[in-house]
Amino acid sequence: MEALKKYLRKPMGVVGAVMLFLIVFVAVFAPWLAPYDPNVRVEVEPDDILAPPDAEYLLGRDDAGKDVLSQLIYGARVSLIVGFTASFMSMFIGTTVGLVAGYFGGRIGTLLMRVVDFLMVIPDLPLMLVIIAVMGRGLWNIILVIGLLGWTYTARLVRSQVLSIKERQFVLRARSLGASSARIILRHVFPQVMPLVIAQAVLDISVAILAESSLAFLGLGDPTLISWGMMLNFAFERALSRQAWWFLLPPGFAIVWVSLALVLIGNTLDEIVNPRLRTHHLFDPRRMVALVAGAPRVETPAEE
Amino acid sequence: METQPILEVSDLHKHFPLARGVWGTLTRMPCRTVRAVDGVSFCVEQREILALVGESGSGKTTVGMNVLGLQQPTQGHVCFDGVDVAEWVHGRGVSVESNAQLSGVSRRRRVMILRERAQMIFQDPYESLNPRQKIFDIVAEPLEIHRLTASREEKAERVRLALETCGLAPADHFWSRFPAELSGGQRQRVAIAGALVLEPRLLVADEPVSMLDVSIRAEILNLLHTLRRERGITILYTTHDLATAGFFTDRMAVMYLGRIVELGPTAAVLSEPRHPYTRALISVIPAPNPRRRRKRQILQGEIPNAIDIPPGCRFHPRCPMAVEACRVSDPPLREVAPGHRVACHLA
Ligand SMILES: Nc1ncnc2c1ncn2[C@@H]1O[C@H](COP(=O)(O)OP(=O)(O)OP(=O)(O)O)[C@@H](O)[C@H]1O
Ligand code: SF4
Ligand SMILES: [Mg+2]
Repeated sequence: MEALKKYLRKPMGVVGAVMLFLIVFVAVFAPWLAPYDPNVRVEVEPDDILAPPDAEYLLGRDDAGKDVLSQLIYGARVSLIVGFTASFMSMFIGTTVGLVAGYFGGRIGTLLMRVVDFLMVIPDLPLMLVIIAVMGRGLWNIILVIGLLGWTYTARLVRSQVLSIKERQFVLRARSLGASSARIILRHVFPQVMPLVIAQAVLDISVAILAESSLAFLGLGDPTLISWGMMLNFAFERALSRQAWWFLLPPGFAIVWVSLALVLIGNTLDEIVNPRLRTHHLFDPRRMVALVAGAPRVETPAEE
Repeated sequence: METQPILEVSDLHKHFPLARGVWGTLTRMPCRTVRAVDGVSFCVEQREILALVGESGSGKTTVGMNVLGLQQPTQGHVCFDGVDVAEWVHGRGVSVESNAQLSGVSRRRRVMILRERAQMIFQDPYESLNPRQKIFDIVAEPLEIHRLTASREEKAERVRLALETCGLAPADHFWSRFPAELSGGQRQRVAIAGALVLEPRLLVADEPVSMLDVSIRAEILNLLHTLRRERGITILYTTHDLATAGFFTDRMAVMYLGRIVELGPTAAVLSEPRHPYTRALISVIPAPNPRRRRKRQILQGEIPNAIDIPPGCRFHPRCPMAVEACRVSDPPLREVAPGHRVACHLA
């Protein structure tokens, strides 16, 4: 409740939440909102191909004579499914790895962190391209690849937090009560890192959506589904030479819209929960003063 | 017949290796160590309150941690309730007394048995309670860990009893709150309640009042005193403040740089201190009657760090009475009066 109030006081976060809500709404109610079903083949006259926007086709038509707006609406589904699922996977793997590596340390910890370092230095996109090319272009392959390659930052974040949390007295107290490692991790360590993990997961959704769009744009999207990246791919190949901007701009704009929404939400959450103040010199100086002066100290009620 | 002491610490050492740094590792410098506890022996009888007094850094917390088996001693033994704690917890070697109880009990089970019988209260009530747990869950956690209660009602009843014993009544007024909503004194009461629900036989209270307001210290100490009187709990009370130690303890051990320098009945130590360090500590306690104020004896210098412990008597660089022998020979803890032992050549 307290956290929600804090969140609602940040205009950027509220804007992001509204933007995301719109997209989720559109994706959920796509069949009712879309004027046409983009999966149905249409008979086309030569004039219909890449026809500019008009009253009937608000965003014009593509090179197969289909309505662009309907494709855009259905495309939201793919982006959100990929984004949420892949980021949930990354969150789960990254948190588990970070907790284990941070809490137990030792050889397991070192080994896990070496894996993280290794995955971090390989550039993601080329690796994804190779794996998708080998495994095939199904939606689930794409989700798996994005999710399985995207957890390294979360793992590092969680591990660094756990390293300091496990030295805190309430963890020692739990140990002195006889709590098992599993209990300590789940009851005492995880709840402290969870807010950070969630903030990071929201940011990861936008990363996953961008990754899916990049893959589709490069021709490695799921061929059976319409996604924004795929629309961009077609538009680049076939529409650009004919100046059909209505085919190119909307999917690009949609990708920016949803990423921006998620980044706004993620950054706001991060600002609320991250103990280290992530400020930047471009940020409002007044706020920085406020942050320094009024460092969040829990007020304690007067003595008994 | 004399009863066996519930806790027996003999020649306890705990050294922490210091990181050597790149240069040290390259040149194979010998690894330096912090000698946090450097040869401590004492006993605590059943139902006794023993004060362990010493300046910051003298090794009090380290003694407490080793007593509970939360650290493994470098050398020496801690014997609690007839078993060697380190062996129970870390499972090395054979028991000091060839213990029939011990064989066939899994390590995890042994740790649980020990944890149930000995509890610790930590120094800082702002740090020792999980900020994301409610008071009820904090106090109920030991019961859950040890699976001591069959039903929810029984659990709630025991939590209520523990909280109310510790002066947090009515319990339901407090138990759905988070630690941040409580004052320091209330938090320390929660910590004590959390230790009490298990009905331990030994309580290690590590500076339980040093982080609290002076005005509520006495209440917390009274609570500990009551617990001993009504439940017969043995308490090892750690403090840097001689005044609070004199208040309710039976015996007192004064620590300096990882060693006990004076040990005896509280009244005897306070009225006839034999060790120069104890005398210096006592002389700076504000006297209740200003006209009878003793001459204050302010010690020169800081407590040296536990890495470079001076040779001979470890107190000699600061000792106002030091003689030549003090530089070279380390005084043993000798009995100077019945039950009163001092480590000083001149005592
Ligand atoms: N885990 C550790 N690693 C290295 N050094 C340690 C460790 N724990 C304690 N020490 C050192 O051992 C010495 C004794 O520490 P300890 O915490 O037992 O003192 P204390 O008497 O409890 O002091 P305080 O009143 O400050 O709590 C200190 O010099 C401390 O720096
Ligand atoms: S042995 Fe010497 S230096 Fe040590 S306390 Fe006694 S008089 Fe002082
Ligand atoms: Mg301490």
